[in-house]
This record gives sequence, structure tokens and C-alpha cells, in this order.
Amino acid sequence: MIAEAGHYALVLALALALIQSTVPIAGARWGDAALMNVARSTALAQLLFVAVSFTALVMLHVSSDFSVVNVFENSHSTKPLIYKVTGVWGNHEGSMLLWVAILALFGGLVAAFGNNLPLSLRAHVLAVQAWIAAAFYLFILVTSNPFLRIGSPPIEGRDLNPVLQDIGLAVHPPMLYLGYVGFSISFSFAVAALLEGRIDAAWARWVRPWTLVAWIFLTLGIAMGSYWAYYELGWGGWWFWDPVENASLMPWLAGTALLHSAVVMEKRNALKVWTILLSILTFSLSLLGTFLVRSGVLTSVHAFATDPTRGVFILLILCLFIGGSLSLYAWRASALKQGGLFAPISREGALVLNNLFLTTACATVFIGTLYPLALEVLTSDKISVGAPFFNLTFGPLFVPLMMAMSFGPLLAWKRGDLLGAAQRLTAAGIAALITIAVVYAWTYGGSTFAPLAIGLAIFVIAGAVTDLAERTALFRVPFATAMQRARGLPRATWGTAFAHAGVGVALIGIICETTWNSEYIGTLKPSDVAKVAGYELKLDGVTQRQGPNFREMIAQFTVSLDGEQLSVMTPSKRNFTTRGSSTTEAALLTRGASQLYISLGETTNEGAVAVRIYHKPLVLLIWWGPILMAFGGMLSLSDRRLRVGAPKPAKASRALQAAE
Amino acid sequence: MTRKQRRLTMIGGSLAVLAVAAALVLNAMRDSIVFFSTPTMAAEKQIPTGKRFRLGGLVQPGSLVRGDNLAVNFSVADGAATLPVSYKGILPDLFREGQGVVAEGALDASGVFRADTVLAKHDETYMPKDVADALKKQGHWKDDYGAKPSASAAPAPAQGASK
Repeated sequence: MIAEAGHYALVLALALALIQSTVPIAGARWGDAALMNVARSTALAQLLFVAVSFTALVMLHVSSDFSVVNVFENSHSTKPLIYKVTGVWGNHEGSMLLWVAILALFGGLVAAFGNNLPLSLRAHVLAVQAWIAAAFYLFILVTSNPFLRIGSPPIEGRDLNPVLQDIGLAVHPPMLYLGYVGFSISFSFAVAALLEGRIDAAWARWVRPWTLVAWIFLTLGIAMGSYWAYYELGWGGWWFWDPVENASLMPWLAGTALLHSAVVMEKRNALKVWTILLSILTFSLSLLGTFLVRSGVLTSVHAFATDPTRGVFILLILCLFIGGSLSLYAWRASALKQGGLFAPISREGALVLNNLFLTTACATVFIGTLYPLALEVLTSDKISVGAPFFNLTFGPLFVPLMMAMSFGPLLAWKRGDLLGAAQRLTAAGIAALITIAVVYAWTYGGSTFAPLAIGLAIFVIAGAVTDLAERTALFRVPFATAMQRARGLPRATWGTAFAHAGVGVALIGIICETTWNSEYIGTLKPSDVAKVAGYELKLDGVTQRQGPNFREMIAQFTVSLDGEQLSVMTPSKRNFTTRGSSTTEAALLTRGASQLYISLGETTNEGAVAVRIYHKPLVLLIWWGPILMAFGGMLSLSDRRLRVGAPKPAKASRALQAAE
Repeated sequence: MTRKQRRLTMIGGSLAVLAVAAALVLNAMRDSIVFFSTPTMAAEKQIPTGKRFRLGGLVQPGSLVRGDNLAVNFSVADGAATLPVSYKGILPDLFREGQGVVAEGALDASGVFRADTVLAKHDETYMPKDVADALKKQGHWKDDYGAKPSASAAPAPAQGASK
């Protein structure tokens, strides 16, 4: 009964989406306010019905109703409750349902909080949202119905993939989807602007907070996924340049560029056409990510099931939306007039540079990810493009970007003073040089690249601090006055500083982890001692334990440094009986920002255990960086300017008319 | 500067960055692309010693020999040819004899494939996609490999081991 209700609610949501995708546009054409307002009520009702549908699936999973195929294939009655809930999106059908639920949530938010939007803009935005929603409801109902029943219900389910039975599944997919799908809002705004043929600075002011929300979630989602892979897969890697990871990185890069170009548009009314294009591209890359992950063209952790019809269906959606929006762009973009002028050396110029490097970096990731697929289709040669490719292309493009990052905020709008900015960055430059010298001397004979990269990171962080110090006139006025000024600074300025510093922090972590990672791989018998980076790890013994739906072999290590006992670490290996597969649960010991990492391999006949022990210096900075970035984003989001809302759009006389 | 000059500066700058990026991509493509081969293809193509590639196939039953200090030797077969592989390190949880495997590395002078990465990615019925495609193409595909597609609705994830 619950399954049928959930299915029915989804069908109703499709019907509502179809109404929402047509009626408001007709209303906007005829200037009928009542018809345009239909968008608002249908968006809210759609959210309600999708929520009902999603709740139904959660209830089926929680109550272990194995008469439903989806529950049977991905659940087990002894599975802990939290994994029964998170298992809802630990499979293809459920995760697509989560996708549309989040899409409906964003649509509902625009409907609920878009009161200050011009009526016709809101009608258009919600209609475009409904096109996307309708396509994905159809996809779910036709190819991936999560509510299918089994004729003769089995007694026990097949259990969830053990690797997914982790708290990471509760956080990573919802965060990532909030990011992916959040960009649908800027996409809808862009398409709405093209349909209406008018766009102004107020438009950018509405789009920016939505983009920022999506960007914050995507940043956290990617970081969370990376940390999850790091501790769960058992070999200490945190980024593999796997196509699925790239699929999430591409919208992030484009979204970051969009955030910056939207600033130019909001402040200076320039780069309009480019901002529209970026909005379209960012969501297109999100859709591409969905296609890559969900269609089964890739084999990866994330590809749950491979069913050709699904692939073809998503490919159709992809072509329709990307092709459609880009054609519309080609047709209508010329109708949008160019905005303000600026010199190449200016804040705008710096932001253009930022966009240039981010989109180029995004393009190299795109090529590296799709080239193997294209080659296989065209020549049936199978190749793999791995980390070396991305390190050689992505890395060199990020170096100038990070160098320019400190200069950007110090340049004035319209016409900047590069020399002045350089003078103000002297302190940051000196800090960077000292860091390079110290790190080089300390690690003498080691890598020469690492000290330089760390110097660059310090330059970025010091540059962010310099920006704040300059704005508060720290050291030039009495301290109390500076503090007062600091309080008076717009939160967006603080946000910029935190986000930029976050990039530097993450870079330090990345460089330290990859350069000075030390490891021990070998077999240990009880009371054997392994030495890694000055730490002594003694294997005390191996015990067995029965978990709720697995058997577990736990090894206990005593960790000591310079003869002083620090802690006990217990890595384990879990064997899941239902699926007959096992997972490695690594043990982590955090020391400051560094970590010791132990994961177990197979046991030999003589009772020795194969172990992998890593010491990863400053590894946690890799994830603290993105957290800082997201925190900066949140500060920026809480800026008064965005809370108060956008000003009235430009007067109709100045408005840009569509070329009909 | 006039509007035109400004625009030219911007376009020139963009083209310069794009040219650099294109050069980087082409350079990286030349050096860091890894091809996929089965043992038969490796024998036919006469892959030179030291050239990195990905070797895919089934782990020959009975070929797994564990040496000292985590050294492992096994053979990868695709029905027509076999190739000995040596690896040092911890094998992924899902590594089993008779099952699909993908190893990355290069041939040494004695014709042994020295792997530095071993990936096993399947549950009891699922094959790595590259391996399955290659076996199908050579006609060594047995239907029972894919007999229970629904059982692999959520195939075990990529598991890897690398030195």
C-alpha cells in the first residue's frame, strides 16, 4: 500500500510538473498574472508530492518490506536503522528519487521565497525548473521505478553493498546532490533571462545567493566524498582522478567561475552574456555528471546498475537540455546588450582571468574524462587516462590562478593599480619566500617542487590576510579602530578572505601528504613492531567479533612515540555474510593535522597479518581547506546585501528588449 | 585604450591561455595515456619492455603463489593466452582465483608483467567491464558470468591496491 501510494504521488508530481512547465509561460506571454501565479502553487504542491513519495520509500526500507524489489535488493532485516535509511539512496532508483526530491525542494524554495522577483521572471524560472523535473520524473517512472513489487516476496533481503554501510552515505550523496541540483536554479534563471530577453544587475543579485548555496554544498560534498574514500577504501588515497570524481569536479570549477563572474555582473553590469553561458554550462556539467554516473558507461563505485535503456534515456535528457539551452543562447544572447567597460588591469580584469583559468582547467578535466570514452566509441581502443595526465595539465593551470588570487581583491574596480597591489602584497611575498627557504632547508635534498608549492600556498593565505588588514587599516590606525572597522566590513569581504585562504590551506595539505607520506607495508605477527615516521606500532593481537550483519576481525595496535605510549588503534576487516564480501575498516589516529593510518590485508596461515601503515603529515588540511571555503561561502551568503534582497530591476525604458 | 583595443587584449590573453592549455593537454596525452590489453592482445602487439599498460583477464586458477614479504605471483589468462604477473603489496579484498582482474604496470625483460597496481572490481558474478568486453570479443564469454544480473545491482566497488 505504501509503495503504491509513493508511486502514485510521483505520478501526480509529474502531472503537476507538466502543468508548471506550460501554464506560467502562457501566462507570461498573455500578461495574465493568475496564470503566472500557477507556477508558485504547483511548485509547492510538487514538493509536497515528491516528499510523500520519498518518505514512502524511506518507510519501506525502514520496515524492511522485501516485497518491493528495491528494498529486497538493497536491504537486510539485521541492518542497523541508520543504514536502512541511508540505503534508500545507496542504489540507482533511490538516488534518482533523492535527486528529484532535491530538485523539487529548490523549486519550492524559489516559489516560497521568490516574492520579490518580478512576476514574469519567477514564472519563467519555475517553468524551466519544471521542464527539468518532468524529464527526470519520466526517467524514474519509465526506467527506474523504485516502487516495483515482487510477485512472491522473499523472506530476507540481499543487503546493502558493505562499502556503503557507513556514515559517509548519510552525508556525501545528499550534500553532493544539493550542489549538483542547486545549480539548476542558476540554469533556470539563465534560460528565463534568455526567454524574456532581458537581464540586468538585479538578475545577478538574485542568482548569486542560489549559486552560492549550491557551491557551498558541492564543496562540502566533494570534500566529504574524498574523506570517505580515504578512510573506507583502505589504501589511503583521497583523490583518484576517477571519472566519477571528475564529474563532480567539473561543475565545481565552472560553478566557482560562475560565482566570480556573477560578482562582476552584479557590481559592474558587465560580462552578462558570459555569466549566462556559465550558468548554462555549470548545470550542463552537473547533468553530464549524472549521465556519467547513472548510465553505466563507467564502471565505478558509484555505478550501481547498468541498464542500457537508462543510459539512452539520460543521454536524451542531456542532449535535450544542453542542446536546447545552448541553441537558445546562440539565438538570443545577441539581444542582451554589453555592459560596462573596464581596463584589463582592474578587479573585473582579475575576475576575467580567474574565469579564464577555471574554465580552461575545467576543459582539461573534461577532455581527460571523456577522451577515453570517445576513443572507445570511435576506434574501440581502450585507454585509461590517469593521475599523471591531470597532474600535468590541471596543476600548471592552477599555479597562475593562485598567484593572481591574492592580487584580485586588492585591485580597484574599473581601473586598478597593479604596482600598488604588489606593494601591499610585499609582506605576503616575504612570508612566502621565508617559508620556501625554511621548508627547503628543513627538507634539504628532498623535493624542490614542494617548498615552492608551499610558498605559493602561504602567499595565498597571507594575501587573504593582507586584504583584510588593508581594509581595516590594521597597524596604521589604533587597534581598537581597526577592530571597529573589521566589524563594519561587509561579510562578503570576510567570506572572500576565508574562501581564498581555504584554497591555500588545502594546497599545503595536498603537497605535504603527497611529498612526505611515509608508509610501511608488510606482514606482522602478534607482538611484532612496525616503525613509521618515528612512531612505533606494536601488534598486540587479533580478535574476532560478531557485528549485526557481519563478522569482524580486529587487530589491536599499541602506538608509542619515543617510548611513550600514545594510544591504541584497532583496524579491522569485516566479512558480510549475505553478499559474501568483505570491507577494510582503517584505523586513524589524529595528531594535530597529521594522521596515522592502518589498514589490514589478508591473514597468512602462520597467523601473521598483512598491514599497511601510513603516516600522512598534515593530511587533514586537505579537508579543512574546503571547510574554510564553505565557511567563507556561508559568511558571504549572510551578507546584508543578499539578505535585504535585490533592488528593483532597471526601469523598463532602460531594459534590454528581446530581438523578436 | 579604446574599446576595441581592450577587447583585443582580452581575446589575445584568452587565446594565449587556451594555447598553453592545449599544449599541456597534448603533451600529457603523449606521455600518460595507458592502453588496455588482454594477454592475447599483449602477445600479438609485442608490447615493448617497460611500456606501461593495463592488463585485464581472469586470474588463472592454481597460479597464485605468495612469496615472502607480500610478494605475489599469479597468471592472468583470457582463454587463449596467459601472462605471468608479479606484484608486491596487499591484494584487494575481492581478488580471487578464477575471477576478473585488471593490473597496471609494464613487462620486464623476462616477459613477466610487473604490476604496481592491481584492481579487482566485481562481486561473485560481476566482471570488470574492460575484461568482460574483451572476453566477449574473443568469444570466451560464458553466459554464467552474467547469469544473475540482478545480483549485481549494486556491484562491489572498485577496490584497488597500489604500492
